[in-house]
Amino acid sequence: MAMESPLTFYDDGLPGIDVGPLCGKLVVVEGPDGVGRTTQITLLRTWLEHSGHAVMDTGLLRSALVGKTIKQAKLGNTLAPLTLSLFYATDIADRLENEIIPALRAGFVVLTDRYIYSSMARAIARGTDPAWIRAVFGFALRPHAIYYLRCSVQDLLPRVVYAKGQFDYWESGMDVRLGKDYYESFERYQTRVMRALDAMAQRYQFEIVDASRSPDKVFRDLQRRISKLLHEKRGKRRAKAKGKAAREAARAPEPGPEPVAEVQSLAAVEG
Amino acid sequence: MRSFSGRKFPGKLIIVEGIDGSGKSTQLSLLSHWLRSRGFGVVFSEWNSSPLVKETTRRGKKKDMFTPTTFSLIHATDFADRSERQILPPLRAGSIVCADRYAFTAFARDMARGVSRRWVRNLYRFAVRPALAFYFRVPLDVALGRILGGREALKYYEAGMDLHLSRDVEESFRLFQGRIIDEYEAMIDEFDFKVVDATLSIEEQQTQIRGIVEEELNLSHANGLLKSPWKGFANGNGIAAHFL
Repeated sequence: MAMESPLTFYDDGLPGIDVGPLCGKLVVVEGPDGVGRTTQITLLRTWLEHSGHAVMDTGLLRSALVGKTIKQAKLGNTLAPLTLSLFYATDIADRLENEIIPALRAGFVVLTDRYIYSSMARAIARGTDPAWIRAVFGFALRPHAIYYLRCSVQDLLPRVVYAKGQFDYWESGMDVRLGKDYYESFERYQTRVMRALDAMAQRYQFEIVDASRSPDKVFRDLQRRISKLLHEKRGKRRAKAKGKAAREAARAPEPGPEPVAEVQSLAAVEG
Repeated sequence: MRSFSGRKFPGKLIIVEGIDGSGKSTQLSLLSHWLRSRGFGVVFSEWNSSPLVKETTRRGKKKDMFTPTTFSLIHATDFADRSERQILPPLRAGSIVCADRYAFTAFARDMARGVSRRWVRNLYRFAVRPALAFYFRVPLDVALGRILGGREALKYYEAGMDLHLSRDVEESFRLFQGRIIDEYEAMIDEFDFKVVDATLSIEEQQTQIRGIVEEELNLSHANGLLKSPWKGFANGNGIAAHFL
């Protein structure tokens, strides 16, 4: 575990929110559509609760403010890439302020089924400028751990059909029509999403978990990692008593948004 | 960091800014009628009007669900939707787009709410830089008088009540809108705002505005930039000219 214990924001953060007293753990499970994140989170939650931890799980589109709106908007045919990205950003900001941060303050383990990385990867797969979307998500809290469930797109294809019976319009990137049918578009779109996630692994310190294995093996792997993370907590708490100086030092400087040549995010409008 | 996308379009984007009660909407509406009568294709785009987002904003405001960050993001979402559908395609088609409030509203308001300047400026980096930006300068008392002359009370977010600056709505309005005015004033040079004295009569303001717009459009016509739907139509020889 290379992550600092006191939570910090990636950039300027949420105005008016103090992250000093947050004593819970923010754990993110990331990965493409159909990789098995939801299954793992269900298993992890049960296991953690049995071990006596208070757990809150959350995931994309569950915000009280915009969750329903986005689901409705996705049923129509007028949702363009930029709007979609900003809707997701609103959803995450709302859950951070109203669910995640209060739960962390109360000492919960917060399991989030996807976080800013998926939203950024989808935007990038749709042609959005990476530096722009990264700066937009500068308000987000830096988690304690990000487990990136990874497998090949070829492994994903049968799982998606098995789990849902058909390809989803948005998961297949049909709004940007990368292929002539769902199968082809899914394959190309998910390849782009995965490439974008792979490119973030180092910057955001993802822990890569091989998800081509059986759910059972993946679960045991995650258990091992999370046990270690939670065990560290006690040590870190004592360290915290050493005072504010240590906390300040832990606020690792995140490079600000870099200047970009051109925002290409409206490429889709140009057709 | 550059604030706007540097893309060029055959159309023209004209926007108005100013605090509530500055009279900017009245002026923009008069301007767009005039432009239509001159034969230009005119598209009107209003702040916070996207059908995808509007309902959420309304509900969020009603239930006081917004924080400075989500308030900023939901307005950016609205703006993105309108950009992608209402603003960019008409500009590419050579129309005039008239926008009642633009990204500057977010720059001024969100910063008055404590959102980081760098962050909100980045948020709107996809926006097209307007050809003309009119800023309606008005003293707080005049604006307040105009608003309360038209309706019963000040609105919660318009008065910045979410910031708890004062328990008194009118006092809170003054403090919050005062901050917004400071932000607008600070942007005049940076974004080349054309400042309109909003205490002048409606007619005087409109004459000034038309003069500036005319100059801008003539320039573009000379450069072959702006297109009108029919040849010769936008040069004062249109249908309207025959009737007048």
